[in-house]
Amino acid sequence: MSMMNQGRPSAPGAVAPAHLAPTVTGNKALMLEEPLIFENGSVDVTGVDLEAVPAHKSRLAGLERSAPIGLPGLAEGEAVRHYTRLSRQNYGIDLGLFPLGSCTMKHNPRLNEKMARLPGFGDVHPLQPQDTVQGAFELIHRLAHWLKTLTNMPAVAMTPKAGAHGELCGILAIRAALEARGDARKVVLVPESAHGTNPATAAFCGYEVESIPANARGRVDTDALIARLGPDVAAVMITNPNTCGLFEPDMKRISDAVHAAGAYVYCDGANFNAIVGRVRPGDLGVDAMHINLHKTFSTPHGGGGPGSGPVVFSEALAPYAPIPFVVEEEAAPGIRGADNRRFHLIEEETANAEHHENSFGRLSAFHGQMGMFVRALAYIESHGADGLRQVAEDAVLNANYILRSLDDVMSAPFGASGPCMHEALFDDSYLKDSGITTLDVAKAMIDEGFHPMTMYFPLVVHGAMLIEPTETESRGRLDQFIEAMRALAAAAKSGDTTRFATAPHFAPRSRLDETRAARTPILAWKPATDERQAAE
Amino acid sequence: MRYYTEDHEWLEVSGSTATVGITDYAQGQLGDVVFVELPEAGRAVTKGKEAAVVESVKAASEVYAPVSGTVTEANAALEGTPDLVNSSPEADGWFFRLTLSDPSQLEGLMDEAAYKAFVDAL
Repeated sequence: MSMMNQGRPSAPGAVAPAHLAPTVTGNKALMLEEPLIFENGSVDVTGVDLEAVPAHKSRLAGLERSAPIGLPGLAEGEAVRHYTRLSRQNYGIDLGLFPLGSCTMKHNPRLNEKMARLPGFGDVHPLQPQDTVQGAFELIHRLAHWLKTLTNMPAVAMTPKAGAHGELCGILAIRAALEARGDARKVVLVPESAHGTNPATAAFCGYEVESIPANARGRVDTDALIARLGPDVAAVMITNPNTCGLFEPDMKRISDAVHAAGAYVYCDGANFNAIVGRVRPGDLGVDAMHINLHKTFSTPHGGGGPGSGPVVFSEALAPYAPIPFVVEEEAAPGIRGADNRRFHLIEEETANAEHHENSFGRLSAFHGQMGMFVRALAYIESHGADGLRQVAEDAVLNANYILRSLDDVMSAPFGASGPCMHEALFDDSYLKDSGITTLDVAKAMIDEGFHPMTMYFPLVVHGAMLIEPTETESRGRLDQFIEAMRALAAAAKSGDTTRFATAPHFAPRSRLDETRAARTPILAWKPATDERQAAE
Repeated sequence: MRYYTEDHEWLEVSGSTATVGITDYAQGQLGDVVFVELPEAGRAVTKGKEAAVVESVKAASEVYAPVSGTVTEANAALEGTPDLVNSSPEADGWFFRLTLSDPSQLEGLMDEAAYKAFVDAL
């Protein structure tokens, strides 16, 4: 037989020398160093061939650019490589576990993406004639129906673009309702276990924010809250499940007391994923609540476009909801959707005629984030009511699996008060006297290939570590994460500070100087020559 | 005479004026301070209400007025060198000065020994 007998066999037993010289390029095999595009490209290079502009008369009245713009050019292949290389240094839910508490970093199903790219949804323009977008209106209407049903609330504003925008929408509706009855209340109560955006929203809307303490079980101090109610309180902003990852069992008692005092209940629905299909906020006396479609309903967090935070309203606040919104027509002539239904928008011109004269106005230019609506409805319809209920159950199960798998080596401040909801909260008492901080643990998690958890929030506990696995992580992934966290906790307790103090060691960049970055940020790239000139 | 609050502000009183800052314990908890927002001279502040904001790499925190009064001066040095709050929290890193509107409010505050005991118990 003929044999290939040249070349060198690979040697799996060979051991790499302990101290390798750095590579010539700075690359580490598949880990590629990448300069900024300004350093990489050149003004003399371009990826496209443009014809010279023929002589023409300028109509810019002297405002023409007189010097070259100085943007770097790259050939198409190099431009593609630049962004691909950068993307490899990033971390996302498509790469691994992303346990960022209160962010619900769940898998974004690809079915959603397929639906969002259908031309009838993906290629519509917000200024198209209403007759030509009946299908898009029907989709918005249908999603609105689902959100109202899941929350048992009679109205929903679809236009808010994110959670905090939804909070703004809710508080503006509350203010409009109070102003309508001539009641200039000044104070908004925010429990310590609420999201950090809540006090910011209330302050932005001109309210004085007063904090309500948490009790020893990580819940709102209900008695303190009720005792503070009075004729100056406009609203209570409560997060349920709260930022300690716990359900607020007194919610109905709180709502009843708030309503009796003439105020409104705003619920931060960021943690709705833990209760969707199980608890309807409308049954708990909530007047307004935002729903982050990019959390509970699996639309992308950034990247794929802006977020979306529809706000559901109670009967009392519904008249003050923002315009525009989609309504179904009973029996009007005109072009109809697939199933013979017809919809139109309530806008400024039609609000009065259609009995929406109390709307506080317009919150965004158009009807909301269409692409997110399509994705959220695809998610809802593909799960169905029973599937959504299981989402909440599995999210809670996964979080409790993490809580109980780690609470013997880490410290769970409210671990004794029963099961958690969708996220497991730890404090840093297990690191006491180790010289290692919550920040160090987060950096060591990067070395283990995980995105860090939410840290130093909520403020209710010291050195908080808030872990939300979501329901889309498998048992295998959770076990791998738990094994890594147990090993880190053991290393910290054994005094292995080097593993933590300078972590991450294996990331594209090691520990960054966050203090310097915050104190003296460099916000714009300048060519090196400019710096030299400045020095002269 | 120096007073302390449970929210970790200190207050150096001299006659009817006082200098306010945050304690060494507080700066240690905050970590590296990167920005301080101070009240303008002439602003009336109320005991227990927000008077300034201090931002570290970890979080932004409110600084409460330990007593009610009118701000007479803010520490301009903190604008360019917020790290003074870390390096010299109870001297050069002071936040603002005020004229007390009700000196009897001092009675509820802690002295140095009481504050030290308070912190040790945390």
